[in-house]
This record gives sequence, structure tokens and C-alpha cells, in this order.
Amino acid sequence: MIDRRTLLSATVAGAGLCAVAPGLALARLPGERRLVVVILRGGLDGLAAVPPYGDHHYERTRGDLALERPGPAGGVIDLDGFFALHPALEGLHPLFTAGELALLHATAAPYRARSHFDAQDVLENGTGRPRGARDGWLARAIVALDPAAARAPLGLAVGPAVPLVLRGEAAVASWAPQELPRAEDALLAQVSALWEGDPQLGPALAEGLRMRAMSDEVIGAKDNKKAGRPGPRAFAASARVAGKMLTADDGPRIAALEIGGWDSHANQGRDSGQLARNLDALAGGLLALKETLGPAWRSTAVLAVTEFGRTVRPNGTKGTDHGVAGAAFALGGAVVGGRVLADWPGLGDRDLHEGRDLAPTTDLRTLFKAALIQHLGLSPRVVEAEVFPESAALRPLPGLFQG
Amino acid sequence: MATTEAFIATARFGLGARPGELAAIASDPQGLLKAQIEASIAPPAELQGLPSAASQVTRFLETRGQEREIRRMLKGDGRDLYLREAGSRTRAMVASERPFLERLVAFWSNHFTVSAARPQVLSLVGAFEREAIRPHALGSFAALLRAAVQHPAMLFYLDNLRSIGPNSRAGRWSKRGLNENLAREVLELHTLGVEGGYDQEDVIALAKILTGWSIARPGKEPRPGHFHFHARAHEPGAKTLLGRRYREDGVREGELALDALARHPATARHLALKLARHFIADRPPESAVRHLAGVYNETEGDLAALAGALIDMPETWREPLAKLKTPQDLVVSSLRATAIEPEDKILVGTLKSLGQAPWTAPSPAGWPDEADAWSAPDALVERVEFAAALGQRLGVHKDPRRMLAETIAPVAMPRTAKAIGRAPSAGDGLTLLLASPEFQRR
Repeated sequence: MIDRRTLLSATVAGAGLCAVAPGLALARLPGERRLVVVILRGGLDGLAAVPPYGDHHYERTRGDLALERPGPAGGVIDLDGFFALHPALEGLHPLFTAGELALLHATAAPYRARSHFDAQDVLENGTGRPRGARDGWLARAIVALDPAAARAPLGLAVGPAVPLVLRGEAAVASWAPQELPRAEDALLAQVSALWEGDPQLGPALAEGLRMRAMSDEVIGAKDNKKAGRPGPRAFAASARVAGKMLTADDGPRIAALEIGGWDSHANQGRDSGQLARNLDALAGGLLALKETLGPAWRSTAVLAVTEFGRTVRPNGTKGTDHGVAGAAFALGGAVVGGRVLADWPGLGDRDLHEGRDLAPTTDLRTLFKAALIQHLGLSPRVVEAEVFPESAALRPLPGLFQG
Repeated sequence: MATTEAFIATARFGLGARPGELAAIASDPQGLLKAQIEASIAPPAELQGLPSAASQVTRFLETRGQEREIRRMLKGDGRDLYLREAGSRTRAMVASERPFLERLVAFWSNHFTVSAARPQVLSLVGAFEREAIRPHALGSFAALLRAAVQHPAMLFYLDNLRSIGPNSRAGRWSKRGLNENLAREVLELHTLGVEGGYDQEDVIALAKILTGWSIARPGKEPRPGHFHFHARAHEPGAKTLLGRRYREDGVREGELALDALARHPATARHLALKLARHFIADRPPESAVRHLAGVYNETEGDLAALAGALIDMPETWREPLAKLKTPQDLVVSSLRATAIEPEDKILVGTLKSLGQAPWTAPSPAGWPDEADAWSAPDALVERVEFAAALGQRLGVHKDPRRMLAETIAPVAMPRTAKAIGRAPSAGDGLTLLLASPEFQRR
């Protein structure tokens, strides 16, 4: 029988200690590294996306939502004899085999109540409490990477609004579909002048106009229409836009994308249905991102995270309610993948958080900190002082990125 | 002579000035605003003749099981009706002579969001606002809360139709059970607020209390398509919510629980903060929040008294231009200023491209009410493009200087007035006016 503690150490064994030289606070994205954060809004059911079919309580507790075990005629896609991928995520399996996809399980943001809005706030503000900061951790990381704002904006938001994780002092490029007829540049410059005195919106408008000019050069008109809406179906188009912008010379290098529709309270379905369609769209979008990044994929890390997991047992309406821990994805050429990282708490009745939810054993900030330190080269000191305050006790997941 | 107070009355309380409105309200801004919320609420002419939610729900229930028919309703008829509802409501806002009242209706409608993002709700969102929100916008919050929670659109939207007491008669025969969604959002969003001092046990208790809150089925219960309490699905036994015990009492349990939530001091504070944020500033002064919460408590949640308090308090008349208009209020105020009436499809399409198609908020929390959420660089460019599209289309018919006098003149910075006056064409002048900070903010 596998002890759940050794499961974690077995999966990361050999990765070794990842020593990071101090004093790299001013590092300018070594080797043109890219970081993409995908926020799955609504609460992804981690037990459906990455089913722990080897847990002997799995089939009993999941009831009607339990997926078929791996088999010749379908079922889940085995990863390591204990965890598997949902069949709709099949497209990601080659990445896992190639060592470019790592899964995290029993992971959660540091938040235990069950409000979407507070949980997303905690996930994005990085302080460990709701409304702990008015800016986002990725925005603070960008300031730390480029404190003098010496280059064009590093950050990119794809969608109609800038998500909290990217809001802050750093200028951020944003992209959403253009649907209205376009105005002439001279007139736009005049409008821009009227806004110069507005400290909040003046710089944002100027940046928007700059991006408008730039996007004409790098993006064809075709992608413009579909991209930028938050639903699952538009995700691939948004991912393609992000991929193209991230490869432009002097373009952004750090992007945040959003994909909604995960709040599966009713009829979430098993291997087909609402949730399976969303997972399929997620996998398709991630693969589209890989494709448009081209050779830059090698130096890219993508983190796909959600605000909370869902209840272990199905609710009364063939869905799941708001829970605590769930699954997260780290993928890209810069990831040391091919493994599932989990300090697995178990699905037995007494293992569950408050008797209903998967217990959280890995703080998502250990993933974020690993990406900032190992992948983007920020020093642990700067990350703990400026990006994730009061997180010194949380050790970054060791050896998760190529560095 | 138009004054800053007149501008605030039209922009901060209203939906932007129509031609002549600024001059008219200047004589007595406070008094004339109060007049807008004093008379009884007759629905605007634009909203007459639209179908009731009950008729839509009845059709839906009658065709249940007939896949093709349902798909036709959702995709075709449902969308047509949504467009008609959204267009009618926007035109009512554009034409309104009681814009403060329209703002209040929109505020409470957003507070009790039901979103057309869910297909079953698409054809009900307009009726929800007309039937559950508008009649109570100047009544008591308790009545508004009950009307909103009992409306079919809300029962669909937050899954309560499917929630069944596990020990109820229906529950013992069915594999279905409790769904917490409505109960959680009532506590978190509609009443106490997320920091209002409730816990998971309270969510479950309220979910049990609300089991059986459902809709009358055609041919089975009277008044099909309306709220109906299904005793068979109601969880038996006493429940404890926020430390208070509710003995088994059918539909009355939920009514008492909602009334208690409406009276709760955390609800007063939560609503006061939202109102102050909406009408004063993204981060409103604490004095304003405390005052509004006090009025709420003293009047037992009288929404007309709250609206009156907004007019009487000094904070609302200070800090001019602190708020960024939402896309909806921007479009409505632009159309009021230019006095044109696009057709429904164009109206809704424009709102959609600016990120705020009517009644499509991304979550039950409704549309955000802070500038941060609406000021992504690209969203600001879209606003300018909208101003340009309208300006270029109307240019030949309007004089930008006259429109300046009729809208933002009392607060216009010299730079803005000069740029509008010197614009190379009337179309450019109108664009500059509609895209100026003074017009985009309030």
C-alpha cells in the first residue's frame, strides 16, 4: 500500500534542490521566457479533470460521477497508475508523455470558505486573504521584473477586461475583439490628449491605442472577431491571439487568459456532457497556444488554475457544489513534467475537509512562486517581499521548471 | 443657467441630460429629483405588451421532452424575445423623464442578477425586471427580496427547481437532492454579504428551508408558470439559520427567513455600501455608508427613503466625476444627448461590443461597479470607437457647441471645450464630446 506522503516524494525524487542565485531581482526574463496564467473561473471539478481512480474510495464517493477505469474501450487515460486524465483531455496526454505537462492535485488557494468572488480574489491578489490587496500578484511580479518600465509592457490581458491578477502599477497590454468601425488615427490622438490629465484612465487609453496599432501588424483580422470572450468556445481563439502577441518582437511576455463556465452545479455529465465539452475546449485552446507559440513554446510555462475545487460527492442535481481543493496544470517546454504532484489526502470519509471536500495539502502559491523563481528568475527574497507577502514558510515546488 | 448641481443631478443620479433637461433641472435639482421618485411607478410605455414570464415558462414546461421544439424556443424565439426586451428596456431608459428611477431599477436588477448567459433564462430576463424588480424599486427591501427569489427566472437561474429535500416525500423516491446555489447567493450576494457572519451550516439550512420553492406546472397546479410551493419536495423538520430556529412550516419558513435576512444589520451595511459605491465613488466615504445603513435600519428597509437619503446627503453632490460610466449608461446617455433611436438589434449589438449586453452579467454577482473593471486599455478604445461611430453618423445634423452646452458644459475643462469648438468637422466635435472624460465619467 502506498503511503500518501511517499507518493509525493516519489514523484519529485531526483529533481534535487533547486538553488537559485540571489540578487537576480533585476533579471530581464532570461532567454525570452514566457509565462501564461489561465484562470478557470467558476471552480473546476479537479476530481473529474484528473480523477484519482487508484484511490479505493474513488468509485464509492464519486457515485454516479465516477469515470470508467482505464481500459481498451475508453475510460480515463492513465497517468501513473493512480491518477488519470479525463477522456476529454486526451489531447494533452502526448505533452505528459513528452515531459511537458505536470499536474498538481489536492491543491488550493489559501481560502477555505466557498464564495467564488472571494476565492478568485484570493487566487489573484496573492496575499492570502480576500481584499488583501487591490492589485494582483502577476502585476507585482512584472513590476519586480522591470521596475523602471524600461521596455514595452511585459503583461498582456486577453479579454474584455484586465483580470485582477494583472491589475496594478505595471502597464498592461490588452486585447479584445474589435467590433465597431474604426476611427481615424488623428481623431484618436485628439481624444487621447483630452485624457492626459486623468491619472487612472489616461495611460490605459494611450496603451490601448498603441496596442491597436501593433495588433494590426501581428494579427490578421480573422482572429479578431472570436477572441477575447470569456466562454469556453472562444478560448482557442483567445489562446491563438495570446500566442501571436507573445512571439512579437518587443511584445508582451507574460499573459493572463480567462475561461469561464466551470460552475457545474447541475448535470455536469461524466465522460460526455457540459463539463466534458469545457475540458475539450480547454485542451484545444492550450494546444492552439502551443501551436501559435511555435519555437517559443520551449521557453514557455503555462499555469492553468481555478479558484476552488468542488464537493467530492455528487449533489442532488447530478452536479457538484463549491468545494476546496482541486487540480491544477503546469505545461510548456519549460516545465519538468510527466508527473502528478500530490500529497494525496485520500477520499475516505474521514479524510475529507469538513466531511465533504477534497482536503487541501498543497498551497497554489508554491506553484506560482516556483514559476516566478525557477522560470522567470526572480529572487526568492523579492518574491516573498513584494509578490506573495507572508509566504516565506511556503517552499516553492522544487525542480518544477527547467530554470 | 446650467450649474454643476444640475450636471450632477442629470449625470450622477440620472442617465445624462436630454436636450433641455440640464436647464430645466437647474431651478431645483434636489426637488426635481425627488419628484422623479415620488409618484407611483407606472411602467414606461416602451415596456407595454411584452409577454409575462409565466406565459414563457408555461410554454417551456408544456414542450418539455420535445427536444427539437425546445431548441427552437431557446435559439430562435427566445433570442428574438430577448432582443425585443433588451431593446425596449434600453429605449425606455433613453426616453425616460424619470431617469433617477430608471437608475434605481437597473441597480436593483443588477443586485438580483439573473443572467441570459443561461439559455433557460434568456427569454425571462426582461420579464424578471418588469415583474419582480420594477414594482418594488421604491417599496420595501423585504418585498423586493421575496419577489426576486420567488420569480421563475431566479428559481431557474440558481437551480432551485432541482433542489429537493433528501428526507422529503419526493426525495425519498428520487436520486436527486439538495442544491445549495440559491441559498448561498441569497446570503452572500442578496442580503448579508460575504462577510455577513454566516457559515456553511447556514447555507445548508437556508437551502433546506427553500426546498419546494418552485413553479406551478400546467395541468397540475393552479396559475401555471408562477411561483408554487411543492410540499412534496420540502425538507421536513426544524432548521436553524443564523442561530434562530425555524419550526417546520412549509412555505412560511422561507418567507420568515427572508424577512429576517432583510432586517439583519449586515444586510443594511451591505446594501448601503453597494448603493454608495454606485452613486458616489468606487471607494465611497465611510460617513455615507454609515448614514445609508442607518436610514435602512430606521425605516426597516424602505427603498424610497434610501433613494431620498442619497439626494439629501452632501457626499453625493461632492467628488464630481469620480465614477466611470458603465458601457450601458454610456450608450444610454450618448443616445439621450443626441436624441436618436436605433433599432433593437443595433442597440444590443453595440452594448455587446462594449462588453455589456443587457442582462448577461458573467455571474450572479452582477456587473462590476468599479472603474478598474471597465477600463482595460482595449475597452477604452472601444468606447472611443463608439463615440466616433455616433459622431460621424450624426455630424451633419448637430452643432457640437450646442450639444456641449446641453450636456457637460458646467463641468467641462477649458481644454475640452476648446477642442470641441475647434474640431475640424461637426462629426469630430461630437466624437470629442462623447469621448471626453467629462462625458465618460460622472
